Amino acid sequence: MGKAGRPTRNPALDGGEGAAAFLHASTKRERLMKTRSYVTAALAGLLAGALSIGVAQAQKTVKIGASAPKTGPLAVGASITHWPNVKLWVETVNARGGLKLKDGQRKIELIEYDDRTTPGEAIKNVTRLATQDKADFILAPYGTGFNLATAAIFAKFGYPMVTSTSITDKQEELVKRYPGIFFTLGSTSAFSEGVADVLKKMRGEGKIGKRVAMVNVADAFGIELANAARPVFKKAGFEIVYDKSYPLGTQDLSPVIRGAKAAKPDAFVAWSYPPDTFGLTAQAKVQGLDTKAFYTAVATAFPAFVGKFGAAAEGILGGGGIYVESPEMKAYFEAHKKITGKSPDYWASPVVYATYQVLEQAIEGVGELDRKKVTEYIKKNKFKTVVGEMDLSTGISNKFWTVGQWQGGKFHGVNSLNIPGAKPVMEKPAWK
Amino acid sequence: MDILIIGVLLGGAYALMAVGLQLQYGVARIMNLANGEILVAGAFGAFWFFTGSQVSPLITVIGYAPVAFAANWAIYRYLMLPLVRRSKSEGHLEVDSILATFGLSFILVGVMLALFGGEFFSYSFLEKPFDIMGQPYEQNRLVAFLYAAAFCVGLYVWLHRTRMGLTLRAVSVSPEASRRVGIDVAGASALAFGLGGAITAAGGGLLSTFLVFDASIGIIFTMKALVIVIMGGLRDIRGSIVAAFVLGLTETAVASLIDPGLTLAAAYVVFILVLLFRPQGIFGRRAT
Repeated sequence: MGKAGRPTRNPALDGGEGAAAFLHASTKRERLMKTRSYVTAALAGLLAGALSIGVAQAQKTVKIGASAPKTGPLAVGASITHWPNVKLWVETVNARGGLKLKDGQRKIELIEYDDRTTPGEAIKNVTRLATQDKADFILAPYGTGFNLATAAIFAKFGYPMVTSTSITDKQEELVKRYPGIFFTLGSTSAFSEGVADVLKKMRGEGKIGKRVAMVNVADAFGIELANAARPVFKKAGFEIVYDKSYPLGTQDLSPVIRGAKAAKPDAFVAWSYPPDTFGLTAQAKVQGLDTKAFYTAVATAFPAFVGKFGAAAEGILGGGGIYVESPEMKAYFEAHKKITGKSPDYWASPVVYATYQVLEQAIEGVGELDRKKVTEYIKKNKFKTVVGEMDLSTGISNKFWTVGQWQGGKFHGVNSLNIPGAKPVMEKPAWK
Repeated sequence: MDILIIGVLLGGAYALMAVGLQLQYGVARIMNLANGEILVAGAFGAFWFFTGSQVSPLITVIGYAPVAFAANWAIYRYLMLPLVRRSKSEGHLEVDSILATFGLSFILVGVMLALFGGEFFSYSFLEKPFDIMGQPYEQNRLVAFLYAAAFCVGLYVWLHRTRMGLTLRAVSVSPEASRRVGIDVAGASALAFGLGGAITAAGGGLLSTFLVFDASIGIIFTMKALVIVIMGGLRDIRGSIVAAFVLGLTETAVASLIDPGLTLAAAYVVFILVLLFRPQGIFGRRAT
């Protein structure tokens, strides 16, 4: 519509009522004065900005850069696992007066950017942090792909890169290529082997048989894990009786669960992402897919998972897990809740925080902001972190949790590489 | 039989996503790319009332429908109408409205991020099995389907049996001619836009009982709704409803009989087939 038939309206006034009103209300002279006052205000603002920069420099801060998604598909994960830890760490360090250097204590000045879940933007952000903002150190981004995408930039400008949310089987290759990169959360093969271990243990105890139903989200993560898991499960003596994938963002997962149920499995394993972790669990509950072992990968460790399923979450296995009982972990949960207002997840959150602790201790150990020396320090020393002692001498931490389980409202680690304190695996009770 | 029931239930969910958009595009000629965000806003509303004060989403969605109507009416009146007035042709308006509502979708995502944060939201409501012929189905999906059916039938009857409905249909056929016979086109368009938004928001509340959502997930729903509306034909509400069920049944059949990995592919094959053989949509009229 809008072509003709409105001869009475003056087209000049149709542009927007607000602008028209403004034109009527203010005479030309008034507008001129307004323009002048805007200019003055802008100048004043500039001046104030320049002054505050001067003050900041006088105080001498340590500039820490951070780039991770605040919008886009990965924003959800980052808002649970990544950003709260950045805030918690910066506030904790600043509350104790800042980082202790040879020439006195300096507070952290945080510069954060949104990478909008696009690798190109992440690369731009890190470059900007290095060249424009001249950050002293940069925190590793969120997500495997984003860590891989920016690794070259970190290396180019000589920044140490202690990654956390980066799980890949290419770690050894990357450590050789980039001397400043470190991995802390485990690899895909360790992940699938962890699940096989848990299932094997349960079978050894006579809790489950050998029929496994396996599904995966058709995405790099899900496909890589499913491919890694097939030979591992077969080697462990399991029979994969149902093996299907579904697209990311599938709105109705009932055919998947129906198919799995029809195959009469003893164990159900899903290499799933957050939305489908919720969807599959809800469907399994409604359709009564009662296996004694039920595993969903990512997001099972999120507080929202137990928030939604409550008592029905009991006995569900998932990726990650933590040593809930350690005093450091308890203190971390308390501080996280107090400062960020929400609970951390039961897997990657404490590891993300631990990587910041590594950086913090290395900077203080060196006593200056020399990036090369800090990188060397990380390789030569061991660090006391919230997830226990961390040794990064090879560039890869060989201590991490692979499988966790909801027991009594908490997500306990039940299988790990070189970490003591694993809880025994329990049989999943029937759905409540 | 199993496939038929699951497919129909999924079709109901799709209808909730698309019918509102159909109304907005069919009558008001606004291709509303913020459709998904309105839906997510509805989901947040239902979530908030349910977790905060234990109000059943089934009541909430009816309760906030007038609010959603008013908000969408205002969006049309103050954001879209200036575009409508200055546009020279329908194509021009389409481009303008797509750009404007695309921008609006970013604003809405930002507001929801600020209000609720970027996390996942999900709650358990009626997550219990309901047996139909010995097979369990989720009660919440069933209820959402019943609501969808009620909305669709109600809307259809209202459009075809009342004077107001007649007015809306007239504007849908030709805004030009409607104006000439004395119909308040801007008013009718605002009404349709508001009503469409209210249905979308209510749909969001119902979908939130079984889907996991977050502040920036709206675009997924917008895409689905667009496919359905284009498949169904741009001018007829029946088209969207039929298209929603065709899509639901196709996806379920493919997932159950062939492979769940092919559902997306199957949906787009159907979409392409419709575009190839009936470019005007299932219920669309051929341009003369």
